[in-house]
Amino acid sequence: MSARATFATAGRVLWQIRRDPRTIALMLVVPTALLVLLYFLFEGEPQVFQRIGAPLCGLFPFIVMFLVTSIAMLRERTTGTLERLMTLPIAKADILVGYGAAFGVLAAIQAAVVCTVGFAVLGLDAPHGAWLVALLAVANAILGMALGLFASAFAQTEFQAVQFMPAFVFPQMLLCGLFVARDQMAAWLHTISWLMPLTYAYEALAHATNPAELPRAMAGDVAAVLAFTVAALGFGALTLRRRTR
Amino acid sequence: MAGAPAIHVENLHVARGGREVIHGLTLEVASGSVTGLLGPSGCGKTTLMRSIVGVQVLGAGTVTVLGRPGGSRELRSEVGYVTQAPSVYGDLTVEENLRYFARLVGAERAGIDEAVATVGLTGHVRQVVGSLSGGERSRVSLATALLARPRLLVLDEPTVGLDPVLRSELWATFHELARAGTTLLVSSHVMDEAGECDTLLLMREGRLLEHLTPAELRAKTGQEDLGRAFLAVIRAAEGSS
Repeated sequence: MSARATFATAGRVLWQIRRDPRTIALMLVVPTALLVLLYFLFEGEPQVFQRIGAPLCGLFPFIVMFLVTSIAMLRERTTGTLERLMTLPIAKADILVGYGAAFGVLAAIQAAVVCTVGFAVLGLDAPHGAWLVALLAVANAILGMALGLFASAFAQTEFQAVQFMPAFVFPQMLLCGLFVARDQMAAWLHTISWLMPLTYAYEALAHATNPAELPRAMAGDVAAVLAFTVAALGFGALTLRRRTR
Repeated sequence: MAGAPAIHVENLHVARGGREVIHGLTLEVASGSVTGLLGPSGCGKTTLMRSIVGVQVLGAGTVTVLGRPGGSRELRSEVGYVTQAPSVYGDLTVEENLRYFARLVGAERAGIDEAVATVGLTGHVRQVVGSLSGGERSRVSLATALLARPRLLVLDEPTVGLDPVLRSELWATFHELARAGTTLLVSSHVMDEAGECDTLLLMREGRLLEHLTPAELRAKTGQEDLGRAFLAVIRAAEGSS
């Protein structure tokens, strides 16, 4: 692994996205607009908006980065650039970490915009600081990126890749506790929720947006998010093959 | 190093998509030469090239490149591979593409200008690759492979879709590189390019039919036209089998 190749890759990925201003605009405007929509939807019930909207500020980057990365990596695979990279002096880790750094930067910008609108404009409450939510948002974005990289190996076309979004992400959104508290779910759904990375991402965000003192368990949630990220990157590295059939 | 072959392939078998496409190929490519790999579309040229650069899972046999097993880590800065479809980033400019690949292989800024000039794209450096013509795009792809000044260049149909003037300029460039010590393996499915090569490898249906110079091919078949000569070689092979 070399710092030069990692930085070069991160820069290249950011440069590609810079050439696509509409994607950048969508990344920033869509989550913000959805948050505004929720605000008006729950106008008479500020506590519901707080319970759903506040953690959502830290979950949007996960969803967006999963989708963007799985398409970006699929393109590398189908246009032959990945095959070319595999013949060059670059380690697989350079590619993965380069992607992670680039999308981490994008996620930080997205999180900053969404959190500013949510906490400063729409009156959401961040009892432990909006920065904590933004920080968790970046960690979740890198988790989303890592899962997207891994998922891209199972898609042959972009049509398939976009469908991984409902297939991989929606069940996690439904079971993570955001819409229905996990202890009110059927036991088997509760068990499944333990296996899903987004559950831990949501738990950490729920603590970060709750006025109660931050519990010790939150460190475990953050550790789980990081562990899932490392595991997904590891499995992602296995799908980057130097030799193919 | 003169004398030692740049590529040595021994009894190579390769399957793609569950079907064996290379059936026990043995060949050598001399250092510092331009070797043409010729044969009809689908005869296994690309699979052979992929095996040589180390991105193909091999069935059986060995591939030795510059004295090391094909695909070795040490070879990654010594071997340049240009795929038939241009493998560059369509959403970046020519310069941005080259700058990225230059950083990966540790090439200097001057190397970028030189590579761009070699493929005749000096006026297009600030253009986004996706807006270039097909021929221009494949030249960007070729330029990226020149950056590392590799000792072996494996080029899969590099002149497809190029205008005749540019095509002859590229062949002149290939010979210039060979004179400077680079080994080039260039595939083509059009026989009129065969005359540009020092040596020819004629392939058909996953087998090597002949390994000779264009002059030897003409003498052997009594055909002045290399296309007809190749046809004669195929007929002779079919007659003997």
